Amino acid sequence: MEKVEVSICVGSSCHLKGSRDVIEQARNEISRLHLQDKVELKAAFCFGQCGHDGVTVKVNDKIIPGLTPEKIASLFEEEILPLTK
Amino acid sequence: MAVAKFDTLVQQLKYRVLKEVAKDYWDGTLNEKINDIPKVIAPGPKASMRCCVYKERAIAADRVKLALGGDKNNPNLLEVIEAACDECPFGGITVTSDCRGCLAHRCAQACRLNCITFGDDLRAHINKDKCVNCGLCMKACQFGAIINRRRPCEASCKIGAIHARADGITEIDEEKCTRCGQCSYACPFGAIMDKSYITQCIDIIKGAEGGKNYKAYMIVAPSISSQFHYAKLGQVITGIKALGFTDVIEAALGADMVALNEAKDLSEEGFCTSSCCPAFVRYVKTAFPELAEKVSNNLSPMAAIAKYIKQIDPSAKTVFVGPCIAKKMEVTRPDSAPFVDCVITFEELQALIDARGIDLPSLEEKPLDNASYFGRIFARSGGLSDAVKQALKEQNIDFEVKPVACSGLDQCKAALMQAKRGVLPGNFIEGMACPGGCIGGPCCLTHEVRDAASVDKYGHESKETTMLGAVNTVMADPKIASTK
Repeated sequence: MEKVEVSICVGSSCHLKGSRDVIEQARNEISRLHLQDKVELKAAFCFGQCGHDGVTVKVNDKIIPGLTPEKIASLFEEEILPLTK
Repeated sequence: MAVAKFDTLVQQLKYRVLKEVAKDYWDGTLNEKINDIPKVIAPGPKASMRCCVYKERAIAADRVKLALGGDKNNPNLLEVIEAACDECPFGGITVTSDCRGCLAHRCAQACRLNCITFGDDLRAHINKDKCVNCGLCMKACQFGAIINRRRPCEASCKIGAIHARADGITEIDEEKCTRCGQCSYACPFGAIMDKSYITQCIDIIKGAEGGKNYKAYMIVAPSISSQFHYAKLGQVITGIKALGFTDVIEAALGADMVALNEAKDLSEEGFCTSSCCPAFVRYVKTAFPELAEKVSNNLSPMAAIAKYIKQIDPSAKTVFVGPCIAKKMEVTRPDSAPFVDCVITFEELQALIDARGIDLPSLEEKPLDNASYFGRIFARSGGLSDAVKQALKEQNIDFEVKPVACSGLDQCKAALMQAKRGVLPGNFIEGMACPGGCIGGPCCLTHEVRDAASVDKYGHESKETTMLGAVNTVMADPKIASTK
């Protein structure tokens, strides 16, 4: 099965809104849920969603803006876990 | 429409040609309009720059050719526009009519080669057969009556790669030339111009179709912070995106990556030189081949960040913009070529922005923040050394770097001579071909005293205060941290 691609924007706007913490949180979730073999974490540049508060993440082809570290657990729960099953 | 501010009318003239070419190329009308551009540049009927309007137009036509990539058979990126060369006179050290025929004769005493004699007019005369243009007499004269008459192009080239042919026209020694481009900025007649790849850049932008086909990224050199004085940096970023780039990314982030690795390499090797400046690298390889292996084998910051972009998005296309002509040479080197698709200069970016009718001061600001303070200060002399020092500290490497920061090829030459003889008072050469570092690059829009301070200010505005902080942010996948 192909890995789920989780691309986190590290472009200027998202970087200033906290990409680093979002990546850190995503890494934590991946190890907590033992998804190392099922999810590939990647960096990306601008997805054109700079107007939102928070960081933009792309899960496979779905763009999800407005994420903060607090929202990462539910992102994994709702968007990413179902794709790994 | 905001008027771009350049140091000289020579830059302004080059810009006008680039802008016309960019506009017509973008509109797809270049073929039909190409012969009209010289008339747009020199409308006449009276000449305003040269002896006649026809000469002005002939030179403008040569500039159009350079804007389209120039002479394919000439391997140099710098070309002499022969019609524009004014065949400046040169006499070296010359006694002017200000010589008062004093009694002290300090000039003659200062001369170690006994070149100076005094005639019946009591004035000093220099024997040009013996004079080596050392300038000691010039310094000794209390009236400033002795001057050094040098052709500006020759004076700007610190490694003697440019000279006058027998007919007075300037000629560049292709072998020796490092492509630093200082001569092109120095020539008061605009007779030396760099080849432009602005049309390739337009092809990349248009081909992306706003990111539908692929994403086009612009990588900006940190010296951008001292460039667009008439607009805010955030407006320049918005302007670049308005051209059709998906995102604007700092080369300074590549500098962060490079400095971290260079510090490691330096601590292992004990001595090396920087590899960021392509003109310096070419100078070492051609003039000091015995030191070639001491040049750090890290990519330049431009290539390092471009490589990173292509690793996370293999279909991406990258265009670098900076103050540098030598970067146009670097992208033809096999180590950089796979990562950087095109290089343009700040002058060319300005031309492109104006060709599209983008008014920077009226735009909203968008952020530019990828790199740390240290990556950003690479733009000025001494910044790279500071970054390497910091990189050793951040990585807890127990090694004392003693940097020798050189800017201008004369300083680089002096340090390399010392290194060759084993008497360099340091263990790391920061080599930058342009005076003051990249902020003294030939294609900066302006060269001002405040530029170094602007770079530092921009550095301090960075969110990341450490290089590891900046690099760790983007290394979601840490496998891609190599800069080799």
